[in-house]
Amino acid sequence: MIGRVHQGPIVEAPEPDVLIVGAGPAGLSAAIELGRDGRRVVIVERESAAGGVPRHCRHQGFGLLDLHRPLSGPAYAARLVELARAQGAEIWLQTTARRHNDGDGLELVGPSGIAELAPATTLLATGVRERPRSARLVPGDRPAGIFTTGELQQSVQLGLPIGRRAVVVGAEHVSFSALLTLRAAGVDTIAMVTEQPRQQSLPGTAALARAATGLHFVGSTRVVALHGRGRLESVEVQELGSGQRRMFEADTIVFTADWIPDAVLAQEAGAEIDPASLGPLVDAAGQTSVSGLFAAGNLVHPAETASIAAISGRELGRQLVQGASAGPGLRVEADPPLSWVTPGWLGPSLPPTTIRLHSSYFSRARVLMITQGEQELHRERLRHVTPGRSLSVTGAWAAKIDLAAGPIRLRLV
Amino acid sequence: MTELIADVDVAVIGAGVVGCAIARALAQSGCSVALLDAAHDVGTASSKANTAIVHTGFDTVPGTLESSLVARGSELLHRFADDAGIALERTGALLVAWDGEQAKALEGLLDKAHANGCLDAALIDSAEVRRREPQLGPLAGPGLEVPGESIIDPWSVTLAFAVDALRSAAQLFLGRRVLSVAEEADGYLLGLDAAALRSRWVINAAGLSSDVIDRLFGHDDFRITARRGQLLVIDKRARGLLEEIILPVPTERTKGVLVAPTVFGNVLVGPTAEDLDDRSDHATTAEGIDSLRRAAERILPGLAALEVTALYAGLRAATEHRDYQIRCHAEQRYVCVGGIRSTGLTASMAIAERVVGLLREAGGPIGPVLQAPAPPRMAPLGAAQRRPSFDPDLISSDAAYGAIICHCEQVSLGELRDAAQSELPPTDLDGLRRRTRAMNGRCQGFFCGAELRSLAAAMLPIPDGRSSQ
Repeated sequence: MIGRVHQGPIVEAPEPDVLIVGAGPAGLSAAIELGRDGRRVVIVERESAAGGVPRHCRHQGFGLLDLHRPLSGPAYAARLVELARAQGAEIWLQTTARRHNDGDGLELVGPSGIAELAPATTLLATGVRERPRSARLVPGDRPAGIFTTGELQQSVQLGLPIGRRAVVVGAEHVSFSALLTLRAAGVDTIAMVTEQPRQQSLPGTAALARAATGLHFVGSTRVVALHGRGRLESVEVQELGSGQRRMFEADTIVFTADWIPDAVLAQEAGAEIDPASLGPLVDAAGQTSVSGLFAAGNLVHPAETASIAAISGRELGRQLVQGASAGPGLRVEADPPLSWVTPGWLGPSLPPTTIRLHSSYFSRARVLMITQGEQELHRERLRHVTPGRSLSVTGAWAAKIDLAAGPIRLRLV
Repeated sequence: MTELIADVDVAVIGAGVVGCAIARALAQSGCSVALLDAAHDVGTASSKANTAIVHTGFDTVPGTLESSLVARGSELLHRFADDAGIALERTGALLVAWDGEQAKALEGLLDKAHANGCLDAALIDSAEVRRREPQLGPLAGPGLEVPGESIIDPWSVTLAFAVDALRSAAQLFLGRRVLSVAEEADGYLLGLDAAALRSRWVINAAGLSSDVIDRLFGHDDFRITARRGQLLVIDKRARGLLEEIILPVPTERTKGVLVAPTVFGNVLVGPTAEDLDDRSDHATTAEGIDSLRRAAERILPGLAALEVTALYAGLRAATEHRDYQIRCHAEQRYVCVGGIRSTGLTASMAIAERVVGLLREAGGPIGPVLQAPAPPRMAPLGAAQRRPSFDPDLISSDAAYGAIICHCEQVSLGELRDAAQSELPPTDLDGLRRRTRAMNGRCQGFFCGAELRSLAAAMLPIPDGRSSQ
């Protein structure tokens, strides 16, 4: 039976087998796997449409890794929704999940009322957001014209006026997505400013963007002040090496990437948070430190592409179906330039297929060495070490973990 | 021809918290009142960016007007906030000494507090300080507790005064800057841009411009210096780190930085104190942010790892004097209410009471004392209050209260609509934010900014530089 879509929570609904919070690529993909096995799944989504962030990215390039065909963001989102519903997943839109004041369950709020659920299994797939200007501690005035990519893309979709001349901060995949959105909205991007020495997206993407927009790339530079009363007038930047400052006249600035997981529910539930990713720590079965509470997608790996978030959700869905348990595990730690690693706990009884990691800056050392005390567990050459871009290694070596020995260390050599 | 927009007993220049309180008190005393402001909303200058604390006045200079008006104002404001449903939490405050010099200063501050009528202020030793606030930094020493200090939702106070004034038939003129003053037979003709307003009396509550207005009346009693105070608002995860307001011990060298919970569930750090020439410079600076972060880390080390939700700067109207500059020039039918520094929010109702008294003594148009009407009920914005989206009965009566638009602050479409349709609606997104909390949360608009701007464009009245009526 095709799962129904309801605006707001269904107040007297029976407990689902699995409650999924967030109808983005990860949550929907988990629902597809769970539904295929006949589990009763309810996905709650606080937006008024399901599909997550790709809904707002009109350009192509979605779905290659998981659905094996190229789609636009909205088409990809629609396809995942269709697949999840086809497996019987029910979707409650405009439904905000909050921690229940007294009790273990969740309070689900929407225009239809307030429902309370305390299912045995809850999967958080609440995704990420970009760190805004204030949290980046960028001083100056507080004029109009300051965006994150998320706000920019939704604004363009709603037909709101943007501006004429923009500075884009960041040079990752999403920064180029912002660039394309700005171009579609008739805004000239006069500079792409990043503290990194060079762009971090795929070489092809950057070359295309450069050709299409005549992009002025400004590396090793940070934004030090915004100027303008009422409307943004200029962006003051400083070169990291020389300390030299300069101004760009712009009425729009887009702060891209610099991801923060939307981990409020995980925090409130008491799940242990990874200080490197700021998302909940999970084991190889996707379980957080709280029994019955699982997490997947960009909430645990901020941030990968939509397809990788979908694959992460799908893997977790399959593991829930199999009733996989990670067993006891040890903390996985990484040395700079590596920052987060997920799963953050690993043990010998459930080696993961994939381990995802993230680097804070570029590195020439590309061999990942995994050790436990003096013991080398694994060594693998990475194709690149690019901050903000997907890095992954196989996980079969986890079978060799000695639970009596110390933590597992990852480093580049 | 210049349009005459009103002919009233009293014109109040400046719709900040003080001007709105005065307009309300005068309107409730039988005067016809016009309240004017250059901006398109009430409370957009000093009143919108402060530390949101209701002070006891324990550290004011004893015997000053400020001392007595802060004490009286605190009492009045506590009662008003409770009656109007404005978020207020009686947290109390703790002054903490961080070195020997500050510890020595505590006794003097205790004496001062007692002289200012704060009889419940008391010294506590460092062990007690640590017991009460275990998250304080390792150098925290002894302290002085001031139980009477509270935290409040500051925007709603100004708004409530303005709404209350409107309900008592005051007229509000926004987007109207007073450019000239012409004396007439029995009053004044205030020159506005392409308009004029006639009034028998004028009250100058122009805050940062109060000296400029004072000079239009021929006086040169004080000069305003814009004292910039930068503030950091820390993520709500910080709220559990402290129970009360942590105040610095002022010394000869510095006034210090306070760390306070907010009624919205955040933690606030600030302010800096920088004297500026430019009275409109609300910019934050790298130096200011750095100094606040260093102070925050020293006072409450747990803050260091948390995200900053907002950065902003407010301007206080400082003068060369140590006290408020409130003067009634009876022969001129003019009252100056200037130099209301950082205690204006707390003292506002007492200042208003005093202005009414001054007008009465001077034979102004003050009627008999009437029973004040019940204050307006303001939107519940505090974390400890019951917000509409938490009320199942309200949602079942109106589904819009269950449709959450701003997820970080849990603001529903119903609340946004109510603000837009209120007696004193916002004219821009910032005004909508102040009235509802929308977009003031940790994502700063990543999720809801576009939808809010779209809703604001559809729902809010266009500012026309005229009356709100």
